[in-house]
Amino acid sequence: MWSSPGKLRAKGIIGMNRRNIRYIGRYNNRRLYPLVDDKLKTKLLAQAHGITSPALIGTVATQFGVKHIRQMLDGHAGFVIKPAKGSGGKGILVIERVEGGQYVKPSGLHLTLSDVERHVSNILSGLYSLGGSPDVALIEGLINFDTTFAEYTYEGVPDIRVIVFQGYPVMAMMRLSTAASDGKANLHQGAVGVGIDIATGAAIRGVQFDRTRHDHPDTGHELASLKIAGWETLLLLAADCYEMTGLGYLGTDMVLDRDHGPMLLELNARPGLAIQMANGEGLRPRLDLVERQTEARDAAQRVAFAQHHFARHSELETGLALAPEQAGA
Amino acid sequence: MSRLPFYLVVALLLVAGIALTLHRHLQFEVPWTPGEQRQVWEIEAQVNFRADGGPAKVNMALPSSQEGFRVLTEHTASPGYGLTYLNENGSRRAEWSIRDASGSQQLYYSVQVLVAPQASPAMAPPPPSPVDVVWERPYDTAAAQVIDRAWSRSADAYTFARGLISDFSDERQGENARLLLTQFDRVPLLVRLLNQAGIQAREVSGLMLEHGRRRQSLTSWIQVFDESGESVLFNPATGEQGRPDNLLLWEAGGQAVLEVQGGSNSQVSFSMLSRNQPAASAVRRQLAEDTGTLLNFSIHSLPLEEQALFQTILLIPIGALVVVLLRVLVGIKTSGTFMPVLIALAFIQTTLVTGLIGFLLVVAVGLVIRNYLSYLNLLLVARVTAVIITVIAIISVFSVLSYRFGLNAGLTITFFPMIILSWTIERMSILWEEEGPKEVLIQGGGSLLTAVLAYLAMNNPWIRHLTFNFLGIQLILMAVILMLGNYTGYRLLELRRFKPVTED
Ligand SMILES: Nc1ncnc2c1ncn2[C@@H]1O[C@H](COP(=O)(O)OP(=O)(O)O)[C@@H](O)[C@H]1O
Ligand SMILES: [Mg+2]
Repeated sequence: MWSSPGKLRAKGIIGMNRRNIRYIGRYNNRRLYPLVDDKLKTKLLAQAHGITSPALIGTVATQFGVKHIRQMLDGHAGFVIKPAKGSGGKGILVIERVEGGQYVKPSGLHLTLSDVERHVSNILSGLYSLGGSPDVALIEGLINFDTTFAEYTYEGVPDIRVIVFQGYPVMAMMRLSTAASDGKANLHQGAVGVGIDIATGAAIRGVQFDRTRHDHPDTGHELASLKIAGWETLLLLAADCYEMTGLGYLGTDMVLDRDHGPMLLELNARPGLAIQMANGEGLRPRLDLVERQTEARDAAQRVAFAQHHFARHSELETGLALAPEQAGA
Repeated sequence: MSRLPFYLVVALLLVAGIALTLHRHLQFEVPWTPGEQRQVWEIEAQVNFRADGGPAKVNMALPSSQEGFRVLTEHTASPGYGLTYLNENGSRRAEWSIRDASGSQQLYYSVQVLVAPQASPAMAPPPPSPVDVVWERPYDTAAAQVIDRAWSRSADAYTFARGLISDFSDERQGENARLLLTQFDRVPLLVRLLNQAGIQAREVSGLMLEHGRRRQSLTSWIQVFDESGESVLFNPATGEQGRPDNLLLWEAGGQAVLEVQGGSNSQVSFSMLSRNQPAASAVRRQLAEDTGTLLNFSIHSLPLEEQALFQTILLIPIGALVVVLLRVLVGIKTSGTFMPVLIALAFIQTTLVTGLIGFLLVVAVGLVIRNYLSYLNLLLVARVTAVIITVIAIISVFSVLSYRFGLNAGLTITFFPMIILSWTIERMSILWEEEGPKEVLIQGGGSLLTAVLAYLAMNNPWIRHLTFNFLGIQLILMAVILMLGNYTGYRLLELRRFKPVTED
């Protein structure tokens, strides 16, 4: 039931307190938080830096604007409504398609226009934002995720979380939505986390609700064969976010779009610790190694450094997929 | 980045806090535990006299804090009389006055005195100035001979006084002594002789404290000063030296105990009781009077009502500390960071069981009604306001119902912070919709557990005693919380959460 602090330390696991004081407190300037806490600002910033992110259909900032939402949504097959200052998947409404004036969630649930309007209105009142402060609703185009992942996810877009420490991508995981997580890939809502080898982009290990998993709970597909194409580009994108925001300890959430490739979904100044569970390894040794670096490196060099030092083997049952890439790394 | 300034601040807070606390304990004898008992004497002085039928003035000596005793409170009962407290040369007196009085009069004065072995005199009357003594014949020769005899057999003021007194004691009275005693009272005579020998001395009056005694009167003692200004008490009958432990000096300035103008047959008698009371409450009264310096800065100088308020306010850091401990060291999730402290404060008013039942009832009913409100599609602020009104309604209904059924405990439910409860209900209900009932149970349970632990801490008599009597504790708490804010180790629940990682 319980582990001991000694064992955790041996594994290099960092806890909440250490993360808050030692990394977030030290490397993330509070002044910069609004850049990542407000998804609209992040999106605009990303655009300015030439980093692709999901298309913005529009924003709703006033209760009056809620009445016009219908015009805004016209002509869009799928869209996502989210609170600009939300977090942890709260208040995110994913609509896959519109069917006869009804809005269909990935789960197949039908919503009416007034349901959607109420949702937007709740977002504006600050129901989902930190401290209940008034918020803005963001409407984004639906991401058409890469079909290679279709087997690994259920009713939702899988996203890839990379922890970027001082510009180095130190650890990564893919989050696969499940029936439990309702089309959103947030771990505490029941998504499956799959640790990804920084060197190759291949799966290492899977967890759901903090317990080890070898397959997807809904599709039943094994996770071992999961491998992310264009991994290096994605890491580069993640590493670039350091220069973009100036935040030293950063969680970047990315998605792979069928047509546009890797896209930045959102940034997080207080990324969770579950990524350690998904990787079966603590962050501490990697963070320590990066902290010891004195040489100034550009994004590409940092990615290369990370790929060299943080390479891992899969712990999943079928380890076949790794072989060729590992030779190249 | 150096952490030195941080540790300096923490060390400073700790040192200051501990120093203040120790100062409180040593200087004011505030005990560490609330249960410690102290002996307190209740003494009542009754002044009787017959008024002549006109203006009357009664002037009586009052006891001051002194070696071994500390005066806590005093009261007088004297209908129709005006009263002033006087302070002359370090001795306190009360003066009653009335324009028109006739017949038998009674005035009461009562005082509570704490037995405090470490107490030192707050103010002592200065030694009397030497007087020139003139005798009539034939007493002058008698006096001179008595003094000579005692003088030759003594070495200093004290041995002289002892020898002199024993020469006047019953068995050993010489002729001279007997002669002098025919003309003078024993105690004034002894003082006079001492003065003539060039020794400062005066007559003081004290009360022998004995539990349950009534109609007692003061006894006379002789206070003898030596060259350095130190003084010693002598028993005028036996020549015994030193103050008995149960002697309370009532009049220590060498003046009359009671002076009455416009009346006759005046006398004062004393009755006394001793009882033990918790040291804390004895000390509280005494702290109330120490308003002088900033170091003695004390909430005990506030009016009683504000003190009660402060007692609660000073407990809030304890509740907050419990929250910090549970969050930082254990990792418990609560809904609303300090909401549990407010709930715990309400529990203090309602008692634990009533509070828990009340809380669960209000939140449960509130959740059901809030669930209905969510169908009405309201704006957030309006919805929370509706929940507030609902909570007030629930509380009113419960109060009335419990009153009807004779459960007076139910009335205390009104102590719940209603706005906080409403937000709790709102948040729980959203949590329910978003993450399901399990998360509601986790966070609700966490909040309740935190609230109960905070309540147990804040309601602990010992903790209440410490926080209320030692303001230095607040600084220590501050230091502890600063240190906790610096704790980078694992939380207890993380040992469980991360267990799977360590398994393979
Ligand atoms: N544009 C989108 N298209 C499809 N799915 C999305 C889109 N935006 C978000 N999601 C889903 O919702 C989840 C949470 O979104 P995100 O923007 O990361 O918000 P949060 O800060 O609440 O985590 C994502 O992991 C993804 O599964
Ligand atoms: Mg996210």
